[in-house]
Amino acid sequence: MDVISLLRELTEAQGVSGQEDSLRPTAEKFFRPLCDEIKYDKLGNLIALKKGTAEGKEHIKIMLAAHMDEIGLVVTKIEEGGFLRFSTIGGFDARTLPGQKVIIHGRKDITGVIGSKSPHITEEKERKKAVEIDKLFIDTGYAQSELLEIVKVGDIISIERSIYELANGCVSGKALDDRAGVVALMYCLHKLQSLHHVPDVYAVATVQEEVGVRGAAVSAYNIAPDLSIAIDVCHGNLPGVSEFETQEIGAGPVIGLGPNFHPSIIARLKEVAKRARIPVQFDVSAGPTGTDARAIQIARGGIPTGLLSLPLRYMHTSVELLSCEDLKLTAELLAVFISTIDRVFVEGLTCF
Amino acid sequence: MLLKTLAELPGVSGDEKRVREAIKKEVQPYVDELKTDCMGNLIVNKRPRKGKKRSPKVMLAAHMDEVGLIINGIEKSGHLRFLKVGDIDNRVLISKPVIIGVENIPGVIGVKAVHLQKPDERKKTLKTNQLYIDIGAKGKEEAEKMVSLGDYAAFDTKVKEMGERCLCGKAFDNRAGCAVLVELLKRELPVELCAVFTVQEEIGSRGAITAAYTLDPDLALIIETTSAADFPETKGIKPVTNLGDGPALTLMDQSFISDGKILAALRAAAEDNEIKYQYRRFTSGATDAGNISLSKEGIPAGVVSIPCRYLHSPASVIKLDDFYATIGLSEAFLHKVSEMGGLNR
Repeated sequence: MDVISLLRELTEAQGVSGQEDSLRPTAEKFFRPLCDEIKYDKLGNLIALKKGTAEGKEHIKIMLAAHMDEIGLVVTKIEEGGFLRFSTIGGFDARTLPGQKVIIHGRKDITGVIGSKSPHITEEKERKKAVEIDKLFIDTGYAQSELLEIVKVGDIISIERSIYELANGCVSGKALDDRAGVVALMYCLHKLQSLHHVPDVYAVATVQEEVGVRGAAVSAYNIAPDLSIAIDVCHGNLPGVSEFETQEIGAGPVIGLGPNFHPSIIARLKEVAKRARIPVQFDVSAGPTGTDARAIQIARGGIPTGLLSLPLRYMHTSVELLSCEDLKLTAELLAVFISTIDRVFVEGLTCF
Repeated sequence: MLLKTLAELPGVSGDEKRVREAIKKEVQPYVDELKTDCMGNLIVNKRPRKGKKRSPKVMLAAHMDEVGLIINGIEKSGHLRFLKVGDIDNRVLISKPVIIGVENIPGVIGVKAVHLQKPDERKKTLKTNQLYIDIGAKGKEEAEKMVSLGDYAAFDTKVKEMGERCLCGKAFDNRAGCAVLVELLKRELPVELCAVFTVQEEIGSRGAITAAYTLDPDLALIIETTSAADFPETKGIKPVTNLGDGPALTLMDQSFISDGKILAALRAAAEDNEIKYQYRRFTSGATDAGNISLSKEGIPAGVVSIPCRYLHSPASVIKLDDFYATIGLSEAFLHKVSEMGGLNR
């Protein structure tokens, strides 16, 4: 399985929160050969089911969740001269936007650039100020009259960026948060082809994570799994940020610790990693995390949840960077974890 | 005294095990059913021994967790870095002893001696990432043998009697509520009780969400601890509640508006039994009632709180009269509910 080409196809496709439908053909194409069944729920979550060996009363359901949506922009105004004003969907650092190419999904897809005044005409004082979203605009090259034919207020804008392959198996691009997690799900299902596993595995590519973990909430309610693991990204190490707030790129999967996660799942993940000789790191969160695990844990009467994260630098920019090695090891850890889950483990999850 | 035992146990959100065990042991002989769910909520069922065939199903909830710290890094020097679990004012952390992990490893939150601080340094509050716990370890390696990432740290304060019938200690929020619930479970009451000792209230009332979903009760009464700001330097918010003025009824807060019928029943129960009560004169803050009242199709809920000074600090203060009156009022309320045959909308 060629992880990089999966990442390339998935991240170069567009799927801003609430508009994930456009990702379906690509995601489905990759999931199809790895599972028994694919379905969608009312919010558009993609659910790939790979059946386990348990039957009847022994049935166990494990839900895996990685979100497929990405942050994006939305048209708020079409101005004289053919310029577009916009607002954000999900968390952006405005400073990453000037000089960025975008795609406006109007009646047809058109290219635009987020304009920036040239330094020659920018005063020294102004240069010291950080840009603000509502001062930015998109130049499409069209005249206003033509643009009005193609674009309307409310149209979605996505960031344009292709994948770069860097040293040490690292890749950089947009939407690796969390399409890399979706690829990890695929790689995990791929690994499960040759592993005996009791639970039915529901691999869910969730929607609307970036706007408040919404897809995960309804998919966890619908599936009502016995346990669940979310796969997301966490902050990779970089200069100027404390080592206690980041994880090392290339040093392996990151196991989430803290009250958002079930202690027995944490313990089992640690055990499995040790036995399979997979190096792991730990990320401590003092409360509910900003991942799908937040919503899954409290669905219905509560769902025992864990989190595996991929260290990623420059989160929510168009040059997010991560290691494919971390991705593969995370998927492997997940697959081996699933192969150890049985009825006894599940029954133990309500014993405190 | 059970309240003393409970308040001294460490039980930071997500690490309520020891509090849960102590409560389990205490209530076991008096109840019909006892179970935990996957969040760690302790759910206790007690049916009325005699009386009506169909009694309303009342959920009583008190959270077991307290605010505290979680270890997220170990320095080369062996000092522990931490995050705050729940809302704590950094200014109460400095120079306090804590106990860490299941082994109760003792540690202190250190700060540079006043002699070593520059004059402008002394004027600034410290951020969490400038603070650390010292467990006396020589270096990272030694510290790792004693403490793991993800271990919780709780304030280490013994309960002391103080002044006129007051107690000083940590975590009265909400072990005092837990102790009220335990006491109610020991009594014979005319309604079907589902008492839930909830987890993770301090980080968003998460245990209450799943417990209410599972139980689906007819109504809910939440026993809480709330701020008493009847002390100096609290201009503008003063006094929220007064220590010694009895249990406080919530009209509304950030998370919910009290159910009118429950509020009326609480008032009537207090007046019939000559129990002194007060209102919580403040609309900020949230309790388990918020999430419980929004469960499924909605659950009518009310909150009774024990006034407490210096909440979320290592040294908070409650008055025993308020504590006992809260037990009395809750019991009277349950009788009232039974007489009314539920809320009958």
